[in-house]
Amino acid sequence: MTPNETAPPDTAYADAATRLLRGRPATRDALLPLLHALQDEFGYIADAMIPVVAAALNLSRADVHGVVTFYHDFRRAPAGAHLVRLCRAESCQARGAATIERIATQRLGVTMGATSADGRVTVEPVYCLGLCATGPNALVDGRPVSRLDAAKLERIAAEVLA
Amino acid sequence: MIRAYVSGDMASVALGADEVVAALAVRGVEVVRTGSRGLFRIEPLVEIDTPEGRIAYGPVEANEIDAVLDGTHASRIGRIEDHPFFARQQRFTFARCGVIDPLSLDDYAAHGGWQALDKARALTPQAVVDEVKASGLRGRGGAGFPTGIKWQTVLDTRSPEKFIVCNADEGDSGTFADRMLMEGDPFCLIEGMAIAAHAVGAGHGFIYIRSEYPFAIRVMQAAITRAAPRIAPFALEVRVGAGAYVCGEETALLDSIEGKRGQVRAKPPLPAIEGLFGRPTVINNVLSLAAVPFIVAEGAQAYQAVGFGRSRGTMPIQLAGNVRNGGLFEAGFGITLGELVNDIGGGTETGRPVKAVQVGGPLGAYFPPAMFDLPFDYEAFAAAGGLIGHAGITVFDDTVDMAHMARFAMEFCAHESCGKCTPCRIGAVRGMETIDRIVGGGRQPGGLEAMPQMRNAAARPRDRAAEIALLRDLCDTMKFGSLCALGGFTPYPVLSALDHFPQDFDQPATAQAAE
Repeated sequence: MTPNETAPPDTAYADAATRLLRGRPATRDALLPLLHALQDEFGYIADAMIPVVAAALNLSRADVHGVVTFYHDFRRAPAGAHLVRLCRAESCQARGAATIERIATQRLGVTMGATSADGRVTVEPVYCLGLCATGPNALVDGRPVSRLDAAKLERIAAEVLA
Repeated sequence: MIRAYVSGDMASVALGADEVVAALAVRGVEVVRTGSRGLFRIEPLVEIDTPEGRIAYGPVEANEIDAVLDGTHASRIGRIEDHPFFARQQRFTFARCGVIDPLSLDDYAAHGGWQALDKARALTPQAVVDEVKASGLRGRGGAGFPTGIKWQTVLDTRSPEKFIVCNADEGDSGTFADRMLMEGDPFCLIEGMAIAAHAVGAGHGFIYIRSEYPFAIRVMQAAITRAAPRIAPFALEVRVGAGAYVCGEETALLDSIEGKRGQVRAKPPLPAIEGLFGRPTVINNVLSLAAVPFIVAEGAQAYQAVGFGRSRGTMPIQLAGNVRNGGLFEAGFGITLGELVNDIGGGTETGRPVKAVQVGGPLGAYFPPAMFDLPFDYEAFAAAGGLIGHAGITVFDDTVDMAHMARFAMEFCAHESCGKCTPCRIGAVRGMETIDRIVGGGRQPGGLEAMPQMRNAAARPRDRAAEIALLRDLCDTMKFGSLCALGGFTPYPVLSALDHFPQDFDQPATAQAAE
């Protein structure tokens, strides 16, 4: 979803929450699975989802807000059409991740942690993908890529900026 | 029809294994996807079934498949078991990883699977706990607490409901053994958890996997569905993390499963007495639970016979970062750091001299080559001012700036702190600022200190030595005052960098900016 698309109405969230909870008791421990499922479906956790989720699980809105904002995975605004997550942890640093990050952000025209103005790509840091012997690593739209170099970045840029 | 084996491990896929599989499929080759053998320099690795056994080729590019099929490929390795990287290993936990189809119950059973569970279920719970105690197995997540003692506590605690929780929130950089095991031999972990359930009387289990491991999540979920009838009445489910490093801390992990912010709980009560949903809970790392089937099937003595000092059995060691032969090396405790980095790891991939290795993830100490005679052992590393943690070894060449790495450790702690305790939440930020001032040469008092109200503020400049004293004091507070290992162990990388590489903290700020 791009940022200029209009968000679906609250009833869509309520319907989705009911559907996504099906088969699972509406207890507190369903909160993270439900938030993951909502984000998978809508791309982010919209403000309007918070009261819906709170009502579905019989929690306070503050409680749900606290959980949503604690975890780095839950985004509060839609990401770009493509998502590039670059590893910044020690093992990738030992293999030149800082240089790769600089080239990638320059080539994609977006700063780390931001979405490009046209909504085409988001670049985010990630702290370890568990591919630590073959870095620098990235997840490009969920696809893992190891041994990142200028040539591989060029292919990624051609793909996401196409 | 030719049969080939190609790893479906996330690391292999990241290096192009899927493209290789597509090229094999076009040529009518039957491909079995396995886990990874564990040496990533030779990935993507293709093994072809022949009358002489599985003959390996690697690394292989998709456009080189014809040379593999006619046996002329230059990267012919032969039998993988004869390769020096594998011949030196002692694989107890990872025996099947890379060999079998991870989701084939037949493969698992044919390679010794479920024998341990059947044996355990024929024993009393106490007998199983005794076996684990006798093996000397200690928590492989890093704390090194004896697994059998933990299980005994849960067994002895009366409760209508108990849980088995597997900590698969492997967030430490430089570690990937949990991921490889879950992707390459998921039934092994399931069997270990089912044995634990029988041993303590638990009916339900959770595997908490970090969201950065999509392949492991997929494989574990599929494996649980297939193994459900085999482990019944014990039932298992996967819970997915949400990007919080601190959830690798066991009590934060329990809160996260309960649907709360992943904040650390004060101990006591121990999770073994009041854990998940307030019930007695066994919470163990993937590698601890996955070691159990071997221990039960082969006997505690077979496991205990290997090792060093009070560290018994094998450790799946992970060689990572700037290292030539990066990958998974399972060996008995006692092997030295130098053997691991130089002999087995082959030094740096860039070919430059090794300057430092970080052992045990972001909270582990940095060691210089001068300390490479350290044996891999919980006590030896603790005595040397470090920890083995989850046994990840990240290698750095001589281009690394250790002041930058020390600052990164504080920055990471600040980024990931759960916020519950002050030494970690505030100390990490102050640590970053202090390291910046050390590198910058100290600090001059500013306008604020000059104000009449600021009677206790330092009115004189602080030089680098005074800033270093301040950093050491701060690290002392964090180490002893934090609720958990995040704030408590962040001083390890910081102080080891400062102690072993003081020259790096004595640079003009421009060198930092160049990084």
